[in-house]
Amino acid sequence: MTDMARTNTAARTAQSVSARLGRRYAAERTFRLLGLGALLISLGFLVILLSSIFAKGWTGFIQTQVALEITFDTQVIDPEGSRDPAALDTADYAALVRSALSLRLAPEADRGARRELTALISTGAANQLRHMLAAEPDLMGTTHTVWLTASDKLDMVIKGQVPRQVGAEGNTLSDRQLGWVSALETGGNIRKAFNTTFFTAGDSREPEQAGIWGAVVGSFFSLAVTLLVSFPLGVATAVYLEEFAPTNRWTNLIEVNINNLAAVPSVVFGLLGLAVFLNLFHMPRSAPLVGGLVLALICLPTIIIAGRAALKAVPPSIRQAAAGLGASRLQVVVHHVLPLSMPGMLTGTILGMARALGETAPLLMIGMVAFIVDIPKGPLDPAAVLPVQVYLWAGSSERAFVEKTSAAIIVLLLFLVAMNMVAIMLRKKFERRW
Amino acid sequence: MLSRTLAVAALAMVATAGAAQARDQIRIVGSSTVYPFSTAVAEQFGKGGKFKTPVVESTGTGGGMRLFCSGVGETFPDITNASRRITTSELEACAKNGVTGITEVMIGYDGIVAINAKGGPKFVLTRDQMYKATAKDIPVGGKLVPNPYKSWSDIDPSLPKEPILVYGPAPNHGTRDAYVELVLDPACEKQPEIKALDKDAKKKACQAVREDGAWVEVSENYTVIQQKITANPAALGVITFSYIDQNADKIQAATMDGVTASFETIASGKYPVSRPLFFYVKKQHAGMVPGIKEYLAEFTAEKTWGKEGYLVDKGLIAAPDAQRKEQAANAKNLGDLKM
Repeated sequence: MTDMARTNTAARTAQSVSARLGRRYAAERTFRLLGLGALLISLGFLVILLSSIFAKGWTGFIQTQVALEITFDTQVIDPEGSRDPAALDTADYAALVRSALSLRLAPEADRGARRELTALISTGAANQLRHMLAAEPDLMGTTHTVWLTASDKLDMVIKGQVPRQVGAEGNTLSDRQLGWVSALETGGNIRKAFNTTFFTAGDSREPEQAGIWGAVVGSFFSLAVTLLVSFPLGVATAVYLEEFAPTNRWTNLIEVNINNLAAVPSVVFGLLGLAVFLNLFHMPRSAPLVGGLVLALICLPTIIIAGRAALKAVPPSIRQAAAGLGASRLQVVVHHVLPLSMPGMLTGTILGMARALGETAPLLMIGMVAFIVDIPKGPLDPAAVLPVQVYLWAGSSERAFVEKTSAAIIVLLLFLVAMNMVAIMLRKKFERRW
Repeated sequence: MLSRTLAVAALAMVATAGAAQARDQIRIVGSSTVYPFSTAVAEQFGKGGKFKTPVVESTGTGGGMRLFCSGVGETFPDITNASRRITTSELEACAKNGVTGITEVMIGYDGIVAINAKGGPKFVLTRDQMYKATAKDIPVGGKLVPNPYKSWSDIDPSLPKEPILVYGPAPNHGTRDAYVELVLDPACEKQPEIKALDKDAKKKACQAVREDGAWVEVSENYTVIQQKITANPAALGVITFSYIDQNADKIQAATMDGVTASFETIASGKYPVSRPLFFYVKKQHAGMVPGIKEYLAEFTAEKTWGKEGYLVDKGLIAAPDAQRKEQAANAKNLGDLKM
């Protein structure tokens, strides 16, 4: 009887198990598929984002140029023949461009036509000629073919980003200008070249003269300040809290606060920066020094949390062995624990810096969201940073800034990728398994 | 050891920054409508090579006034741009903080236009229709009621049969103030029911915009408004005139009271919704920060703000010759502001 019952129970169990098994496998398959689906969806969004940025932005690295026969007319540049550098510096080089244009395209141009002609060439062309002559004084009085930077409107037409049907409504260039453009094209006088200005210039109202170098330098100074302030502070805090501080109500309170700080919206730090650094300490507005200090506050919690995790990962046996050999607590930490946890701390720091590189909101409050042309020479000069440059260009009405915006995003993304790569490499290289 | 040196270096940097050094660069804040003009002048001024390029922040007219009026000294801006005149309450705030000498320069005109995407319906509007489409309460049958109009054709059968959806600047914009002052107020005060009200009630009835979703505030910038209306060709956007000049292939402007917005109609005053643009200079800074007088000279030169100046290429509508002359002389002498 009992045997019967047992076999019965066993058979029933086996039956229900095999019945459930199929469902369990199915549940696992669904779960895996859901996970894979989630991954694919987020990858899909990433691909859409990146490809739209690259599709819009790559033309920003290219600039249209126009070849003109420029005569360095002594009568215009240096009528007195003094060759005085100061006089050469202030001469009317734009006049050279104007006369070359009208000679090539419309010799009998009236005032209106001359205006339309000049609008084809960048206002920076005069500067280009001035630099040429300063580098090679022998050019005076000679005629050369010079590739001059095209204006942003012509650039957009050549790149096909605005319509160019003659006679159509809503053209950015007039029909007469479009006719001249065709004439220049058939003469082989228009080419597209790598846009070096984009990587060497500061901000400008003229898209063809605008560059990100000022913002890159500003970002560099800001991040340097951030690193100098937040890394030593963060490491010291992490070491003290992890290795020396007693566990009591106070240290618990501090720990909770640090974790909360890591989640505070960054604009709040900007307000703090405005109140403390600008209004209390009277530091200069728009300076990377202040930006760096604010960003340091934002990074600090990340660095402390990552640092403590790295210290925790060092096995207690190391500390015990060192202490057993007679090392003091300071020696245990400085000679053994800290070097072993350094890779983890550096990774945390780099990730914190990468976040700081992408912040705009806190900088708004301290005046770093501004039009700044001059390249900063130090952390006290006014400067913008890369994400601010993206934000400013995105709000500009000139069409050519659309591609410049995406191009600047590409540069920003490349910096972020590089920083994260360094973090991964550091971890791989120095990682130790116990 | 290394981190100690770094910490000391960081502290030293902070300490030196605390000791303020003399500013040799002009600082400008204010209106985002004037920003494109102000930055263009700043850049040209910097290219002259004698002074550093001024730093221009786009803070909105109201935000700029707050910064400008918060005091005298090198931590405060020298110039603020404005897309409306300074108000008496702002002047009082200025005076309270010691900002007593202010020079006003009127730089030219701007038009406010209603736009929609090219390819969408063409709008032929009047200010009265704009008021009826966007005001919060409107008079119907003798009393004020919450705006009942859902689509443009409800207001006037000649208008498109499309739902009313207008993207406009948020209240921190001078453009919004101007929209209220130049479109809503005049149209509102013509309504017989409003005329009977006293001044405060009038103001309350005329200046509120709809909050039921037909008017959508965009606080970022004009590019965002343009993107929204391109996505929905039947939606209108309220925007500054200088913006359409650059994007004529994507957007079209509605006519207002039968007039198309253009350089000519705005300059002559025919286009009904135009306003003057200003900047304000702190006279006390003129001797302290180098280049302020020279910047004013650059801004008020004919090659800059004249009928063929480079600001016209950026979309500014030049003031009449006599007015430019008067303003340039005033800027040169740093004349006092007269309300």
